[in-house]
Amino acid sequence: MSATLELGIVVGYLLVAFAIGLVAYRAAGSGAEDYYLAGRSIGTLVLLFTTFATLLSAFTFFGGPNLAYAAGPEWILVMGVMDGVIFAILWYVIGYKQWLIGRRRGYVTLGEMFGDRFGSPGLRALVAGVSLLWLFPYVMLQQMGAGEAIVGLTGGTVPYWGGAALITAFMIGYVVIAGMRGVAWTDTVQGLFMLSITWIAVGWVLSAVGGLPAATTAMVEANPDFAALGGGVYTPQFIISSAVTIAFGVTMFPQINQRFFVAESDRVLKRSFALWPVLVLLLFVPAFLLGSWAAGLPIDVPQGANVLPVLLTEYTPVWFAALVVAGAMAAMMSSSDSMLLSGSSYFTRDLYRPFIRPDATDRREAWVARLGVAAFATLAFLASLTRPGTLIEVGDTAFSGFALLTPVVLVALYWDGATRTGMITSIAIPQVIYLAHVLVESVPIPFTTVRIDLPLTYAGWDVALGLMVLAGVLAVGVSAVTDHVPGEDASRFAVAAD
Amino acid sequence: MDRLGRTVLWISTFVLLVAFAVPWFLWGTDTVVAGLPIWLWWHIGWLGLCSVLFHRFTRGSWDRIMGLDPGDGVRTTTDRSGLSTDRGGTAADRRNGGDR
Repeated sequence: MSATLELGIVVGYLLVAFAIGLVAYRAAGSGAEDYYLAGRSIGTLVLLFTTFATLLSAFTFFGGPNLAYAAGPEWILVMGVMDGVIFAILWYVIGYKQWLIGRRRGYVTLGEMFGDRFGSPGLRALVAGVSLLWLFPYVMLQQMGAGEAIVGLTGGTVPYWGGAALITAFMIGYVVIAGMRGVAWTDTVQGLFMLSITWIAVGWVLSAVGGLPAATTAMVEANPDFAALGGGVYTPQFIISSAVTIAFGVTMFPQINQRFFVAESDRVLKRSFALWPVLVLLLFVPAFLLGSWAAGLPIDVPQGANVLPVLLTEYTPVWFAALVVAGAMAAMMSSSDSMLLSGSSYFTRDLYRPFIRPDATDRREAWVARLGVAAFATLAFLASLTRPGTLIEVGDTAFSGFALLTPVVLVALYWDGATRTGMITSIAIPQVIYLAHVLVESVPIPFTTVRIDLPLTYAGWDVALGLMVLAGVLAVGVSAVTDHVPGEDASRFAVAAD
Repeated sequence: MDRLGRTVLWISTFVLLVAFAVPWFLWGTDTVVAGLPIWLWWHIGWLGLCSVLFHRFTRGSWDRIMGLDPGDGVRTTTDRSGLSTDRGGTAADRRNGGDR
């Protein structure tokens, strides 16, 4: 009975969110032709909250508390330094520069900017292809998170695949039916809702267990090393690797990077920059503390469930727990949608139009994008059924894959000496090496019986961090020894009036 | 201050802000103050400091470091003194503040 009620609330909430999206779409007016241009006038609030919405993912609401529950609250520091400080700085260094360039040149995607600067459709396609590749595990992450959330909420009555399928259906429905318009303002509503409800959850749990000191004391009694900084998985190497790879990765997320081009004024970039550390604290501190406190409370987290729904089911009324899970799923859904929509613009603008159908009509392009999104989400759903790792592991892989692009982008944005060969090499080689590390455990050396192990960490350092350095070195080094080719035009990235 | 000096100053500041967002000098410390580990209080305070310094950065250095003149026409120059960038919106800001 209770499982029915909980599931009813979740599905009901998702339907309401869906309806809001539809109404917003109608109100905004349809007409696929100006989807990209409409984005160029994006306003202050929307940019801030669309970016904020990427924080509202399974990684934050479920993965983070799970890790804090298992290993202690230090995850707050990792995410704080990554998102509140490093990402904010990249927001200026990459975001503002891209905004200045995009304003002069009219670019809409990262691949387009690269392709034009280096006179190479191939490079454009490479950037788009790499981005789409790493979008896959990130979408998978949302499906895994939803599946596990429903298991936790219903105590296992509804199986994992059911939750994952539910969110996949809504994702596809949202994009296909609500159309190709940005759903950014539903992100805004969801973001504010989730921020408030997380704090209400903290209040509720704390009053049930006797206050803040009591919750922390219980946590420390159950796990004496939770109060100490460091220990367990939290090594300096882990903290630095995670913070750096995630922060650099986030700047290359299609919907974040695309927003760098389309902000209406730089005021919003400035404001978001200064507000960012505080916004990050407001979300992460309560979310991850809830996970840590749960470790000191007498609750039983089933195998494969997320701790947050279990905790809330125990200490708050059933409807509230269901509402939090529903809100989190809806937020995940809408941020995945922004991501899928931006991803589909990478696909149609940088791959489909230049290489497959240059003469495609707008209408045809819109349909190709929708079909692409549906196929993409379905494949990610199937892959999510294999549960290839924890939410943090899968998320980290996606972030790291994107992060390998960032040093190359930095070199291209700030150094006129970058060459086409330098760019292609420094994107392709680190990606290939990283993919090998992710997909296989070891590779044979030809003509010998020796195999080289490919671990994901070396002496505690994430391999992606080393590959980011490699990408930067290759971008500079290969550019230095290769010549500029006709078609390259460094003046395309000039920002100051000449 | 010239552009180079300004750039060096801010890069050093940003490096410090990143480096000490995690209080490495409290490594292993398990003191709990007012219900939270002391290192968490440091982090909360530090991110607050980041916000304040980031705001200062946006007032002047933001454009000069990119080699632009502040207020070169495209940007709005209504940032007024005060710690919060969120207040003091102008009519132009409200026009821009819509959701599309």
